Amino acid sequence: MNVLIPSALHSYTRHSQVEAGGADLAELLSNLEARYPGIRFRVLDEQDAIRPHIRFFVNGEQVRELSYPLHAGDELVIVQALSGG
Amino acid sequence: MAITSKKTGGRARTGAGPGRRVVVLVATRKGAWLYHADAGRRSWRADGPHFLGQIIHHLVLDPRDGKTLLAAASTGHLGPTLFRSTNLGRSWQEADRPPAFAKAPDGRSVKHTFWLAPAHPDEPGAWYAGTSPQGLFRSEDGGLSWAPFSCINDDPDYRRWMGTEQDGTPDGPKLHSILVDPRDPAHLYVAMSGGGVHESLDGGRTFKPLLDGLDVVEGFDASQPTFHDPHCVRLCPSRPDRLYQQNHCGIYRLDRPGGQWVRIGNTMPKRVGDIGFPIVVHPRDADTAWVFPMDGTSVWPRTSPGGKPAVYATSNAGRSWQRLDAGLPEQQAWWTVKRQAMTTDPLDPAGVYFGTTSGELWASRNEGGRWSCLARHLPEIYAVETAVLG
Repeated sequence: MNVLIPSALHSYTRHSQVEAGGADLAELLSNLEARYPGIRFRVLDEQDAIRPHIRFFVNGEQVRELSYPLHAGDELVIVQALSGG
Repeated sequence: MAITSKKTGGRARTGAGPGRRVVVLVATRKGAWLYHADAGRRSWRADGPHFLGQIIHHLVLDPRDGKTLLAAASTGHLGPTLFRSTNLGRSWQEADRPPAFAKAPDGRSVKHTFWLAPAHPDEPGAWYAGTSPQGLFRSEDGGLSWAPFSCINDDPDYRRWMGTEQDGTPDGPKLHSILVDPRDPAHLYVAMSGGGVHESLDGGRTFKPLLDGLDVVEGFDASQPTFHDPHCVRLCPSRPDRLYQQNHCGIYRLDRPGGQWVRIGNTMPKRVGDIGFPIVVHPRDADTAWVFPMDGTSVWPRTSPGGKPAVYATSNAGRSWQRLDAGLPEQQAWWTVKRQAMTTDPLDPAGVYFGTTSGELWASRNEGGRWSCLARHLPEIYAVETAVLG
């Protein structure tokens, strides 16, 4: 599926969109980690919690659980809020 | 007298001499800068920004090999990480495994790495990291991979003494001032804000509080580590049995094997007081230390008292203090200097450096006798370190 990457993570992917797969969000993030080492810890903490101000949207719907199932053709958008100064 | 450690292999040097250069490592809220000079320290070349826009909490060069440079970073809302360079920042490599707590039902999450400290010279490549919230981590491979270290992260007493995030400093409670006895790699000190000063004699397997003689805020029980807030603790390299501490409640000295901190800030001028964040020690004279006092009255502005910034130095282990303000603004300079934002270099005479939260970097190449501004208009300065190369 297509994954939109926020600019703050382009240092890992070098692209704003990448193709990745997985049975659920957790597996997809693990697959991204295998290709782009370090990226998972920037969006999830060591307790597997989604970091504050990081959001995941699948087909336009916000997803809060790593167990959320994914399917071929879905689109995942990873968002990093740009709050602060 | 200049000290040159045989342990450094002659790469990172501690004495002045021809061909030597000093680099000042500046970590800011929005990136890192390196300032280079020869040993005369009269003319500086800026190198930066590195990691523009990223929060750099600490930038430290390994004195044991003279080339490994670690940067503790936390980018906006992304998780924390560490970067490593072996060519003074021309290229950086991200840590494979940054400091992270063990996964557990009540497990904590590292918000950022706050303090980096090379381990003992007999342990090349080993580093310690202190984090927010309070955690202690160690790397055995020059900062590429990190693991939780010692009981301190999970021991029930320590977890209780650390308090909650509500009890900590505004940008998070933190473990800092990781000190390694140069005579014994197993002898460690750490400090926690909040949580007090602690000592290990067994390589970090166990720690014990080291709090006798320290004041706490009025109305609280000084026997409880959780009420202690050591802002910065330093070990004298020339006399490792002597520690200095700038504390939330004043300035203290501890001479081991004694266990009683002595408040030496009482000899500061009353109009200035002895509140501040950083304290630094002389590389060769254990009787000499510098502090940057800040206003700790009423609502604690934490700015230079009266808007007249000054460094104060003792050359007699705290029996008296001397105001050192030559070259600094005489008025209307409301500076704050954070606990990691003041340091020395090991040259002779020693250089002293500090960075302000308003983004000014100041230096003295004669132990505070006169100050000059190295840089203005930087982002908020979090940490200043030095290294001598060549």
